[in-house]
Amino acid sequence: MSLDRDTVRKIAFLSRIEVADDTLEPLAGQLSGILDWFEQLKEVDTDGVQPMSSVTDAVLRWRDDVITDGGIREKILANAPEAMDGFFTVPKVVE
Amino acid sequence: MTYIIKGETGDWELVIGLEVHAQVISNAKLFSGAATVFGAEANTQVSFIDAGFPGMLPTINSVCVEQAVRTGLGLKAKINKRSVFARKNYFYADLPQGYQISQFDLPIIGEGEIILDLPDGTSRTVGIERLHLEQDAGKSVHDQHPSKSFIDLNRSGVALMEIVSKPDMRTPEEAGAYLRKLRAILRYLETCDGNMDEGSMRCDVNVSVRKAGEPYRTRCEIKNVNSVRFVMQAIEIEAKRHVEVYESGGDIVQETRLFDPSRGETRSMRSKEHAHDYRYFPDPDLLPLEFDDAFVEAIRATLPELPDEKKARFVETYGMTGYDAGVLVMEKETAAYFEEAAKGRDGKQVANWLITTLFGGLNKKGLSITESPISPAQLGQLVDLVNDNTISGRLAKDVFEIMLEEGKDPAVIVEERGMKQVTDTGAIEAACDAVIAANPEKAQDVRDGKEKLIAWFIGQVMKATQGKANPGMLQEILKKKLLG
Repeated sequence: MSLDRDTVRKIAFLSRIEVADDTLEPLAGQLSGILDWFEQLKEVDTDGVQPMSSVTDAVLRWRDDVITDGGIREKILANAPEAMDGFFTVPKVVE
Repeated sequence: MTYIIKGETGDWELVIGLEVHAQVISNAKLFSGAATVFGAEANTQVSFIDAGFPGMLPTINSVCVEQAVRTGLGLKAKINKRSVFARKNYFYADLPQGYQISQFDLPIIGEGEIILDLPDGTSRTVGIERLHLEQDAGKSVHDQHPSKSFIDLNRSGVALMEIVSKPDMRTPEEAGAYLRKLRAILRYLETCDGNMDEGSMRCDVNVSVRKAGEPYRTRCEIKNVNSVRFVMQAIEIEAKRHVEVYESGGDIVQETRLFDPSRGETRSMRSKEHAHDYRYFPDPDLLPLEFDDAFVEAIRATLPELPDEKKARFVETYGMTGYDAGVLVMEKETAAYFEEAAKGRDGKQVANWLITTLFGGLNKKGLSITESPISPAQLGQLVDLVNDNTISGRLAKDVFEIMLEEGKDPAVIVEERGMKQVTDTGAIEAACDAVIAANPEKAQDVRDGKEKLIAWFIGQVMKATQGKANPGMLQEILKKKLLG
């Protein structure tokens, strides 16, 4: 499977990663290589095989509906680049 | 009921589907132990999981799972004993993880249905496509600062049920009826409080138009419409826009739009241009959600009587119309009030008082049924006083108004103000005699054939007795006296 420049530009945008124009082409080649490598898996016949969700026999753990967390605003905001009056603050995002 | 837009090129019909986000009633969030209470101080109900800190792992809340299954049973839907959580990826300031944990191709609840009760008394079934569990995002506040948005993550991670209808609705009224009915079912089940003002129930509207017999055309999605009335308005406005675009030779592009009620228009949300590329994939932090039949049956055993069943029972037991029963069961508090008031009484009569008089009175005072100054027992007593002829139907309305103000028992009010109906023949005869004696010419007119004037005499005697004369007796006595 081969990716073109535009697809790479779009993926970069969706991931909010800045990619310079002159690196789009080499990136497209590298990403296509990775996809090709994974595509070898298609050679395996998986008809009638259930998708595997875990390599162990683990099952999803459930939790009781009790309040055990929260009330740690200082810790939550401690690493925020900017905060004010108990809120995170960011550049204005409004329609 | 049909709703057609008459265009220059012919008639257009509407195709409407609704996506409702209903906040699950639970103490803690879907995947963390932080509280869900509305209105707490900013960021005080946030765990490291809700804030998207590195290395934090989600653990599912059992009650949220139960609530989703409970809702599925209430919607007569297929319960999927195995479902999968997926990541829906997008960037936004109030989504700290960079993705929302949601469900994609394997939701917890599959197809179901909702029966709509329409204003003209008919019913219509609308299909439910699916219900899935997902995390809510945080809240952005834009009006606190000239150049900053403030982010509160208290809502981040709260459990939502996204309930998706099939595109089965054809009129704005049906969309309104769907929302009201869904809200009623959720409130009966106690899985969501249905409060649209506080955002615990939010609605996205999908609208398209087509000519009769055509397949579906392109739809637009109007995001976050927050009242039933606005949903209906937004549908009308958006459908008209589609017709205008098609008829002027244009094409509708699939996009997300915003409804502006103050301008009465919808407009494109440019920021959402790339939003539909969510790159869903199974969340590697969560194994599939699985439960057995016993789990589902245990929940089924605790289901309350739901609006449709209650409505059928009211029609059956009390002999009221389907429409009246539909009005009474819409809020479970109203239904409970009615059943209390109707205990041992004529249900139809009590329903009548409740719907025509009590609703009006409460509405005027801006009160809900649970805040009613008149208790169910008191409303019942008022009906009793009319039935045993203690007061006339006309005075009962006055007694009702006083009850609404003072909250006293009707019998006490009637006693205190001397409003008891006069059923003493002698007293009514005396009052009639006095009015006839004072109006000899009019009395003669009646005898000469102007029988319509009897109504005037009845009015005069009623006035003389402050409305307390028994109307039936009064009419009989007057006729006898005037016409012999």
